[in-house]
Amino acid sequence: MSNDIIRRSAAAQAAALQAGEVSAEELTRAHLDRIEAVDGELNAFLHLNQEDALATARDVDSRRTAGEQLHPLAGVPIAVKDVVVTKGMPTTAGSKILEGWVPPYDATLVERLREAGLPILGKTNMDEFAMGSSTETSAYGPTRNPWDRERIPGGSGGGSSAAVAAYEAPLAIGTDTGGSIRQPGAVTGTVGVKPTYGSVSRYGLIAMASSLDQAGPVTRTVEDSALLHELIAGHDVRDSTSLPDPVGSYVEAARRRDVKGLRIGVIEELKGEGFAAEVRARFQESLEQLEQAGAEIVRVSCPNFRYALGAYYLIMPSEASSNLAKFDGMRFGLRVVPEGGATAEQVMAATRGAGFGAEVKRRILLGTYALSAGYYDAYYGSAQKVRTLVQRDFSAAFEKVDVLASPTAPTVAFHLGEKLDDPMAMYLNDIATIPANLAGTPGISVPSGLAEDGLPAGIQFLAPARADERLYRVGGALEALLEDAWGGPLLDKAPELAGGVN
Amino acid sequence: MRTDPLVDYDEAVDRYDPVLGIEVHVELGTDTKMFDGAPNVFAADPNTAITPVSLGLPGTLPVVNGKAIEYAIKIGLALNCQIAEHCRFARKQYFYPDLTKNFQTSQYDEPIAFDGWIDVELEDGETVRVEIERAHMEEDAGKNTHLGGATGRIQGATRSLVDYNRAGVPLVEIVTRPIEGVGERAPEVAAAYVRTLRDIFRTLQVSEARMERGNVRADVNVSLRPSPESPLGTRTETKNVNSFRSIERSVRFEISRQAGILDAGGTVVQETRHFHEDTGETSSGRVKSDAEDYRYFPEPDLVPVAPSRAWVEELRAALPELPAARRRRLLGEWGYSDLEMRDVINAGALDLIESTVAAGASPQAARKWWMGELARTAKEHETELEQLAVTPAQIAELQGLVDGRKINDKIAKQVLGKVLEGKGDPAAIVEQEGLAVVSDDSVLTGAVDQAIAENPDVVEKIKGGKVQAIGALIGPIMKATRGQADAGRVREIIMERLGLS
Repeated sequence: MSNDIIRRSAAAQAAALQAGEVSAEELTRAHLDRIEAVDGELNAFLHLNQEDALATARDVDSRRTAGEQLHPLAGVPIAVKDVVVTKGMPTTAGSKILEGWVPPYDATLVERLREAGLPILGKTNMDEFAMGSSTETSAYGPTRNPWDRERIPGGSGGGSSAAVAAYEAPLAIGTDTGGSIRQPGAVTGTVGVKPTYGSVSRYGLIAMASSLDQAGPVTRTVEDSALLHELIAGHDVRDSTSLPDPVGSYVEAARRRDVKGLRIGVIEELKGEGFAAEVRARFQESLEQLEQAGAEIVRVSCPNFRYALGAYYLIMPSEASSNLAKFDGMRFGLRVVPEGGATAEQVMAATRGAGFGAEVKRRILLGTYALSAGYYDAYYGSAQKVRTLVQRDFSAAFEKVDVLASPTAPTVAFHLGEKLDDPMAMYLNDIATIPANLAGTPGISVPSGLAEDGLPAGIQFLAPARADERLYRVGGALEALLEDAWGGPLLDKAPELAGGVN
Repeated sequence: MRTDPLVDYDEAVDRYDPVLGIEVHVELGTDTKMFDGAPNVFAADPNTAITPVSLGLPGTLPVVNGKAIEYAIKIGLALNCQIAEHCRFARKQYFYPDLTKNFQTSQYDEPIAFDGWIDVELEDGETVRVEIERAHMEEDAGKNTHLGGATGRIQGATRSLVDYNRAGVPLVEIVTRPIEGVGERAPEVAAAYVRTLRDIFRTLQVSEARMERGNVRADVNVSLRPSPESPLGTRTETKNVNSFRSIERSVRFEISRQAGILDAGGTVVQETRHFHEDTGETSSGRVKSDAEDYRYFPEPDLVPVAPSRAWVEELRAALPELPAARRRRLLGEWGYSDLEMRDVINAGALDLIESTVAAGASPQAARKWWMGELARTAKEHETELEQLAVTPAQIAELQGLVDGRKINDKIAKQVLGKVLEGKGDPAAIVEQEGLAVVSDDSVLTGAVDQAIAENPDVVEKIKGGKVQAIGALIGPIMKATRGQADAGRVREIIMERLGLS
């Protein structure tokens, strides 16, 4: 099989399958071969699901031969972030505490993938319990950025973004609690979408912060994200917070490539201080492209966004401290029994002490403190008020504009280890992405070009809740404009991985 | 292990004013669990009535059981509560192996029902109004079994097993305001309150409400103060008291125990306590300070519950007749005296009598059977009336045979005995065993003639005007027919034969 097919978009791969140019089995095998060739350099996958993926592919092939009506993405392989529960496939959330756990059930979105016939290649690496912006807090070693293997691929979903950027998978599932889909997209030159809160079922996502978590697509093109989003979205009776709305026409919006009359608000508070010069330059150029194409660029102020990071780092750890309480060695996963026998309480303490990494412990402690009697109002309570203010900023802004824009992340990918000992610097990576999670609004990151050190940067668009279509419209249009300017996808400029040369 | 000096109960309530606070948990009889599709069943094999959600496996999410909300609202309405227009669940967080998530999904500052009251009737007919602070929804925990120790408690055990069948079973917890001013009657008020709730749960059909299965569990708070004007004293909470008698005994014991401490100038420790059926005493559990921190916060995985007013009114309109109202109605319909009615209620015979009357017996006859012969039988066998192997329909049938003069009272008792032995329905037994009254004149006339011939002296007395001497003739005839003779007809025949009719 030629190396060529794996470099195509998922939509193009789907077309090749439908045209009979390639079989699903061949396509799946090509990706597995690619993984085998390059993943030693990247560590994007924690678990490979070869046999099951190939079986799914063969099943799709035989159903296609039989003339069965198949989902448009049937036979297109996908990688799934390891925070998503997969039946019969190890699921660790990047933590030692879940090492060896094989779930007895599938997440709702995984059921949808299986029903549609997408071969699941494997589970991708991530920061432990999705807590990080670099994939360095994974208990199974960091994932490396395909653009520069000494640099981080973003986080927490660095495994999914690296896999897609390195052509190991055309599609991947990510989750975004504070930017974990969008920031990895930005630093790997890929596309990532955080849907409206409730658009995609959370049933089967190992929760970090229930009110912020949202699963979404990680892809190389805006159209691919739209295809995947339409597949995984929709109401789920097993998730009370999932939206009852019908799924939008994302693919149509992505293909529209027209921004005439679209009002784009530039968030004043998220474009200056703290953002690298070339990241800002690519952001400006992207806006200019859109303006030339007929969009209207408007300055918008969201004054309360400055408090968003602080509020996030109270709400997220509070919910996480509670959600992670179940990891206690009693029912599943790691169990550490202190020597000489112990009480249940001692087993719980020893298991959690040994099973959780430093960042997870830091957040559990923060959250436990913030929810404690006497501190609740000052911390969790105040943070919820800020959340309301951030939501009001969004509402006010969306009265003036259709979408908001900012650079996705302040800088290009930083070096491995660079910020690991400085939590505050690490947390600042999420400054632009967090407001959307606090407000439940959707966001997309698309490549804006190469910035410092010739590394990719991203531009983020945000839309009102339930208006995800707008993201695909503006994202698809900008992608087309920029690729015209670049003469092809940004990823074509990425250095070839040693193992990837056939 | 008791070290506190006890004060005689009467002295204790003479010197101190007891105040109660009662928390009742009731397991709802929904088909499935509170937040989960797992079946809500009692005594299935361990860890079989579970799903990934019941086990709190990573990634699982709760979904509220609509039926449980309906039941909780019904309970709230029956207790004269306000029903919240909007309320949230909260996580109550603590680590314990019977909690699958190490938090219990409960309600904290936003209960579904609040500000209610219920009138509790004591055995002598006195009524006490108990104010309800709140009724909130929550999920039950799993069940720990401790092995290897002598007592079955965690102390001394070498290992423990956990059964999560009960984890996630819907509960409603009903919390009273302080129950004040009941003085020496505190123990019976506590028991009567819980019994009143139990009866309401059954009437509403929201729970089987079986105390012995733990469907209804009471935590009873008791405190003492020198006088009703004094501020509330320090309370203890006796957990999971599982029968009405135990509730009464435990309150009584706590009053005596706390009085002993206060008399000696000591202070009562705020703690949970356990009640021991065998000794009738309570013992110290864990110290419970107000500072215990469950780090409650609103459950982010669930959306708020907002029952529409129209639905609440619909449920209110459809509430069944509650026990107190029913008792008042039946009292009027049956014409019992207040004392008779109380005896019936205290004997647990109300439902049985009502069914018996519905099956055709008169209220007086039904009461006679259930409070007489059957009450004696139950007492003999140390069981409850409703456990006896006889149905209200059978009693009504039996009474029908008496009323139709098919059998007399004496035979009826024999027939009842056979019914209780499982020999069948009364009419069939009478038929099969030939127990019907003998009113066949040819049989009776022979017996009468014989009696007249054998007792000339008695005959003389009767003829001489001492008609009451006729009993001396009837007795042997009844004996000869083993009680089956129709005594009235025998009398008539004797009079005929003696030419006195």
